[in-house]
Amino acid sequence: MSTALQFAGVSRHYGLVKALDQVDLEVMEGEFFAMLGPSGSGKTTCLRLVAGFEQPTAGHIEIFGETAEGVPPFRRNVNTVFQDYALFPHLNVLDNVAYGLMIRGVAKAERYRSAEQALELVALPGLGQRRAGELSGGQRQRVALARALVNKPRVLLLDEPLGALDLKLREQMQEELKNLHHQLGITFIFVTHDQNEALSMADRVALFNDGRVVQVGTPQEIYRQPNSRFVADFVGSSNVLPPDFVVSIGGQSRWASLRPESIFLTQAGGHAANVVAASFLGGSTRLSVEVGGLRVNLMLASAVQIPAVGESVLIDWKPEDMHLMASGA
Amino acid sequence: MNRSDAAILPERQGFLRHLADTLWRHPRLLLLLMLAPPVLWLGVIYLGSLFALLVQSFFSIDEFSGLINYEFTLKTYRELLIPANLDIIVRTVSMAAAVTLAAVVVAFPIAFYAARYARGKWKAAFYIGIMLPLWSSYLVKIYAWKLVLAKEGILNWLFAKLHLTWLLDAYLSLPLIGGNSLSVSYTGTFLVFLYVWLPFMILPLQAALERVPGNLLEASADLGGSPGQTFRHVIMPLALPGVIAGSIFTFSLTLGDYIIPQIIGSSRLFIGQAVYSHQGTAGNIPLAAAFAVVPIVIMGFYLWLAKRAGAFDAL
Repeated sequence: MSTALQFAGVSRHYGLVKALDQVDLEVMEGEFFAMLGPSGSGKTTCLRLVAGFEQPTAGHIEIFGETAEGVPPFRRNVNTVFQDYALFPHLNVLDNVAYGLMIRGVAKAERYRSAEQALELVALPGLGQRRAGELSGGQRQRVALARALVNKPRVLLLDEPLGALDLKLREQMQEELKNLHHQLGITFIFVTHDQNEALSMADRVALFNDGRVVQVGTPQEIYRQPNSRFVADFVGSSNVLPPDFVVSIGGQSRWASLRPESIFLTQAGGHAANVVAASFLGGSTRLSVEVGGLRVNLMLASAVQIPAVGESVLIDWKPEDMHLMASGA
Repeated sequence: MNRSDAAILPERQGFLRHLADTLWRHPRLLLLLMLAPPVLWLGVIYLGSLFALLVQSFFSIDEFSGLINYEFTLKTYRELLIPANLDIIVRTVSMAAAVTLAAVVVAFPIAFYAARYARGKWKAAFYIGIMLPLWSSYLVKIYAWKLVLAKEGILNWLFAKLHLTWLLDAYLSLPLIGGNSLSVSYTGTFLVFLYVWLPFMILPLQAALERVPGNLLEASADLGGSPGQTFRHVIMPLALPGVIAGSIFTFSLTLGDYIIPQIIGSSRLFIGQAVYSHQGTAGNIPLAAAFAVVPIVIMGFYLWLAKRAGAFDAL
């Protein structure tokens, strides 16, 4: 498998603001790669550098082995699905999808045929004559996808493409995007601030914070072995245990992460805790307890008897579920 | 829990209360009250006088007595088609078209810069720069241009200093657009029209360009569109309503103006001057009215064409 995209020490500064700072990144061909992070963490800047809308202030970017700095967006074989779709309001759906082909001088009949195929690919056939403004959010999303895919890009960039959709539609589109990726076999780079989306869709995830890449790995690695407090907290709201607490329960003096679903109630042994709050979430209940002056969340299956607020309970976890982290950041 | 002592439906007495409540309950009455004065003004005074003018153009003048014959006839309109009058119409329409085209070309980069790049104080500087000429008297500006363009004017002086007088002379010796000096040529008339109406093209164009989302330009580039292609396929179609709005101003203002061609240019008449002289000394109100109808018809035709060409589809 060859490298699709390589970032080496890439920075993008705006005056004193470091939108992206010294980022090294490698994306393989055919990978579904997610860039995850809170807003302002640099993930969108990263995507815009790949698309060519921004130029790096320092560092080197290679796309399929070719230097990307100084190459304008219209000479890059990558296509973007924009956050708010950016469909052309003066064109109908078919002309929107065929835009890239029209620019390249493909004959009318042929480009409309390709556009129709692309619309079928995103399950939106027969809407070609509508205006972009007459479509629902989900439909616009699909048109934007078709408009990018019709150009047969080697890398597809998706900038928070599902952000504006409601939950149900979002879940449906997540599945469809995964299927599309499987079907087309091209590289997908997906920017999102939704950790569930990143974990459920991507082959690998890069987690951004403050213009830097904090951790890169498979969703399982990111979730089970966060390398810092930030990752542990951002991905799945883990319980972050400070070093003195870890020492008090007989561990090393290191920060540790403990997933809420790894903690269980027990009748004997374990640690004494006080129930502070309980939220019923349908399939499970989230319990907030206080243990040794520390607030800890745990997830209980709905079948379990839920203790009342104020009750004293015993909680425990398997030692291997407590993950010691390299960094306290 | 503390409960507020304030009444849920506080009472208010008096005439104003009744008035406010009545208007609140009858929003149509409020709308009527607000719309009636401007509609009366627009409908009766403005459109009414326009209609009176239109009616005048269907009367004719008795060539011997000089009196108006109040019988409906198309005779006056036939008179528009005699070569001397047709010349005036063609001259004015050509000038208006040339001014409008030049205004689009000059205004576009300015409007584009203001809409896409200017921020903060630069935007303020842009607005002041565009509006400032509108604050000073129109006549003063025209006479200033007369001085600039005259044979003894600053432009001639500049050409002389640059040893380019031969170039200016060669230009002035051209037929039609040339003349004795710039201030008595069509070129002079054109320049002053362009200068005076330019803000009316820049402002609507800037407003239209401002409404084009930046990510559409990025999307076009992303799909392979070079800056030139993006301009042709995205910016221009989306800015077209602004161009049309601006051209309505530049076109109709040029069609109707009678001061500029009188002060700067050859002594050949434009429509506005023809209207002025026919309704004044000549006393030929029907012909003046018929001349005045020409710009209205041309503008109507122009808008119809623009609509058919899809200029308003992006609105």
